[in-house]
Amino acid sequence: MSNQSDPPMIRFDNVVKRFGDNTVLDGFTCRMAPGEFVTLIGPSGSGKTTILRLVMTLERVTDGLIEIDGSPLSHMHRGGKLVPADEKHLAGVRTRIGMVFQQFNLFPNMTVLRNITEAPVRVLGLTPAEADERARDLLDLVGLADKADEHPSRLSGGQQQRVAIARALAMRPDVLLLDEVTSALDPELVAGVLGLLGHIADTTDITFLCVTHEMGFARDVSDRVLMFDHGRVIEDAPPERLFTDPREERTREFLQAVVGRT
Amino acid sequence: MPDNANRIVSTILEGLPFTVIAAVGGIALTIVLSLAAGLALLSRSRAVRVIARVYVEGLRGTSEVVQLFWLYFALPALVGLQLVPLYAGILVLGLNHGAYGAEIVRGAVRAVPRSQVEGALALSFTPAQRMRRVVLPQAFVEMLPPFGNLFIQLLKSTALLSFIQVTEIVQRGEQLRPTHGADLPFIYVVELLLYLVLALVITAVMRLLERAACRRIGREPVRNRFLGGVG
Repeated sequence: MSNQSDPPMIRFDNVVKRFGDNTVLDGFTCRMAPGEFVTLIGPSGSGKTTILRLVMTLERVTDGLIEIDGSPLSHMHRGGKLVPADEKHLAGVRTRIGMVFQQFNLFPNMTVLRNITEAPVRVLGLTPAEADERARDLLDLVGLADKADEHPSRLSGGQQQRVAIARALAMRPDVLLLDEVTSALDPELVAGVLGLLGHIADTTDITFLCVTHEMGFARDVSDRVLMFDHGRVIEDAPPERLFTDPREERTREFLQAVVGRT
Repeated sequence: MPDNANRIVSTILEGLPFTVIAAVGGIALTIVLSLAAGLALLSRSRAVRVIARVYVEGLRGTSEVVQLFWLYFALPALVGLQLVPLYAGILVLGLNHGAYGAEIVRGAVRAVPRSQVEGALALSFTPAQRMRRVVLPQAFVEMLPPFGNLFIQLLKSTALLSFIQVTEIVQRGEQLRPTHGADLPFIYVVELLLYLVLALVITAVMRLLERAACRRIGREPVRNRFLGGVG
């Protein structure tokens, strides 16, 4: 459980993101404690995924500041001033962050094992033997120890997503971003992947930032849930409060619509 | 078949090593230049992109024969550098087809889904690692069929080297012309068949490569099953 007085693992300070004239994130301010599991909910197009993409440095902020464990992510210190980060700075902070994607994004040109070992070897400098051992432990964890030498294309969606989770964990990230990780899965595979993520959240001190439409999952594993609408957080509360007693009319409407659907 | 068919065939066959060397050399140079220029066309640096674009448009948009004459006849007059005919030929074949190949490389790299790059970025691969480990191996499969076409075109362009006296198969055939006027149909049929055999060899090699490349990325080597390996 988080303690708000801890120095934050992630800090958003008045973050703005615009694509042309379209403002997708309009002054987002938030602190996330180490080990905290924060879920972002809200209608599509409300800016949730954009937040994950900004933290992963797949997008640049238009304005404002993001800090990871006290050091700026989207900016860097140069000559006593904060300037937009260059590729080198980004490469340095990126290793602390991992992401699991909706479409898995496994590399089809590598076996399952290579998908997991490639970055630890090339980026973190592990020996192939170390990376191999780490990967096999993780494949054990995600229940795919027998698939190490398969090609990703031979696996089901749920299995591919488990490999993607193992791949992200192999980098030992401080922050793990989950971008609608079950949206592309067949319904019968969803529970297994969510159960795995819940287990990982319980047994590690990784800070999770999660976008999902699985409200049951959000309720079970989150320490906090943020409700987004039109690029702003309209409600920020523990899940037991937000799901049972939403203060905002917009949150109530959204939850009714989502629960009605699932 | 004419009486002196054996003599004609053996004379033309003497040119075969030159045709093969020109084709293989030209293909090797084409591969190198295609990759270099194709990646340069995708560079973040505007200057690099402009240089690559000038090369591609310049070499693709001008006559191969004139390029050959320029390199072989004009260059010595300008700077006193006389190239060996075969080398001049390989250089022009490579430069010219490399310009076409650059567009193949550029197109194949851009066809790799953006999500693959983002997956690699989320694992903190450097831009060079993203290209080398993730994008190029996937783009490679897409490049092989158009490169097969390009190499066959290059093979047939080796006939142009007869203009600068490289004794490849067409040049050998032309040497027979003064004394074998009546056998011209046979001479040219032999030449055509030789090109056909060489082209079939290129096709077979490219098929093998394509199969191996498809297997490496876990995809069936059938074109219309493209989506099968990605989802």
